[in-house]
Amino acid sequence: MNWRYQIRGLGVAVATLLVLAACGSSGGGGAGACTTAKTATSASACGGMDSLVAAAKAEGKLNIIAVPRDWANYGAIIDGFTAKYGIPITSDNPTGSSQDEVNAVQQLGTSSRAPDVLDIGTSVTLANLTLYAPYKVATWTDIPDNQKEATGLWYQDYGGYMSIGYDSTKVPAVTSMQDLLGSAFKGKVALNGDPTKANAALNGVMMASLANGGTVDDISKGVDFFHQLKVKGNFVPVQATTATVKNGTTPVVFDWDYLSAQHGTDVPTWKVFVPANAILLDFYNQAVSKTAPHPAAARLWEEYLYSDEGQNLWLKGLARPVRMAAMQKSGKIDAAAASALPVASGTPIRLSADQATAAKAYLASHWAAAIS
Amino acid sequence: MTVVGNPAVTGVGRPMMGGRRISLTWVGAVPFLGYVAIFLFLPAAIIVAGAFASEGGLTLSNFANLSRPYIVSAIVGSVILSAVTAVAGAVLGALLTYAIATGNPRGTFRRVVTSACGVLAQFGGVTLAFAFIAAIGPASAVYIYLSQHHIDYYASGYWLYDLRGLEVIYLYFQIPLMVLVFLPAVDGIKPQWREATDSLGGSSWTYWRYVAGPLLAPAFLGSMLLLFANALSAYATAAALINQGGPILPLQISNAITSEVGLHEPGFAKAQAVVLILIVAIVSVLYAVLQRRTARWLQ
Repeated sequence: MNWRYQIRGLGVAVATLLVLAACGSSGGGGAGACTTAKTATSASACGGMDSLVAAAKAEGKLNIIAVPRDWANYGAIIDGFTAKYGIPITSDNPTGSSQDEVNAVQQLGTSSRAPDVLDIGTSVTLANLTLYAPYKVATWTDIPDNQKEATGLWYQDYGGYMSIGYDSTKVPAVTSMQDLLGSAFKGKVALNGDPTKANAALNGVMMASLANGGTVDDISKGVDFFHQLKVKGNFVPVQATTATVKNGTTPVVFDWDYLSAQHGTDVPTWKVFVPANAILLDFYNQAVSKTAPHPAAARLWEEYLYSDEGQNLWLKGLARPVRMAAMQKSGKIDAAAASALPVASGTPIRLSADQATAAKAYLASHWAAAIS
Repeated sequence: MTVVGNPAVTGVGRPMMGGRRISLTWVGAVPFLGYVAIFLFLPAAIIVAGAFASEGGLTLSNFANLSRPYIVSAIVGSVILSAVTAVAGAVLGALLTYAIATGNPRGTFRRVVTSACGVLAQFGGVTLAFAFIAAIGPASAVYIYLSQHHIDYYASGYWLYDLRGLEVIYLYFQIPLMVLVFLPAVDGIKPQWREATDSLGGSSWTYWRYVAGPLLAPAFLGSMLLLFANALSAYATAAALINQGGPILPLQISNAITSEVGLHEPGFAKAQAVVLILIVAIVSVLYAVLQRRTARWLQ
């Protein structure tokens, strides 16, 4: 036990290093490292940021899930976090769905492979409230009240507008939804997934509905629109990905603008269009898993995501970070990245949980028939 | 196994055993039985139990939900896909098998084809789907070249990404599987039978109608049922290829488990799995019955 006595006499930074070397993942016992990370509801409840950082470093790892590197600039965020804190990140099942994330939390329990943090769609978030540990990041007050759960169970992170992206060398410029029914779009229009399964695709169909006279309470016009696309042979039943856009299988894609705009790196002639009469806004949500095997690293990850640095990295990925308005006010926003966002005019609409549920129920019983 | 617990029956039913001694011949099968119990019966039991479970009680609603139109059409789609690829795979595979069996038993052709079949029968899944997408998909060199020369095989739509595409792709592992399971039966046909038919004045038709046909029919039908079950349970190939609509049951099960838009219905997924189990069980029983007849014929 001599070594433990000696550690107490050393400074915080050195202590951290020793704890890392001596205790490995059992850490948290050294001076300065927060020992109550599992239940801490904020960094200050954990003895301040330095203490949280020390505890996270002692844990030495962070597990994330269903986060593709090319999604909202997550690749740079993952690298930035590891570079800043020296904590390697295990990114599991990058193309999984929100439900896959929740399933992993439930099935892996407290195993060291279980996800620490979640990035999930709203309906799945609200359906699984018992799985999260409440936590409020240091910048909590910047998040608008209607975009977070009051006790910190979940908080929205980034969002964007549903859009139509297209390769301008393969199809004529898109100026309205009706354009897509033209013969120039034969075998070219795709969704990002199956709308009975993927949130992005569901919102794509909803946007088509809004643009065709439907309302947020009525997605049937969107299903009819895709049925027409199918009948005209314009619909491609392939999930649009970076690969299918690059190889030309899906030259026209319904997707979030921040995902679509990134195809510009592979296809320089890629354009993103947001229909003026159908601006559909949606945010994803962050939550810390209650059974996180690395509770301190999980909380530190949230702190990083909601720091100015993390928020600006999302913005560089053309996603709209939740603190954007506050950062514009404080001048901390990356102005160049902000001005690169696709333009949209009109009032953005967000689906309520009930509206999303109604849309799902309709899709479940009508989608397969509409596109087969 | 239960015979052990009833010595009287053992004595009467199996005079070879020598009185009341308990036979230990079944011990060798224990690892296998244990394996089957853990990896076949236990999962099946969990699925069946889960299909009836609801929060704090029993329910039949998961089975009632099977009447949803899109599930009914997925069941029909699965059965059609399996039937079409089983029949086509069995017929084409049988022709190939006959070609192999009548050739030189030590020839290169036979060795190449049988070892290729051994590999291709297992060549399903993502790799196979990718091979087809890369070879003849809408972004493939083949399609781009042909469509520039006015041969547009996707003129009526991207059939590769729906049931028609699956039917073509499944044949890629169904035909080799047919060769593997049907070849022993065809090899069992002796040339002397043909000679006997000929010397008794029978024609080629007589030989096939009254000798080889009846002899091979059970093996042929049994193999076909195996192909049916094989196609019914295949998931990865379809999942890699079909992103929209879920036209077959395995894809609908996946939807019910992984949907992120809140259609998460694990109990319903299990009920769908029970349907698959029932279909496969029926098919397996038929297969076993036919298998027994084949064995009797070829003794």
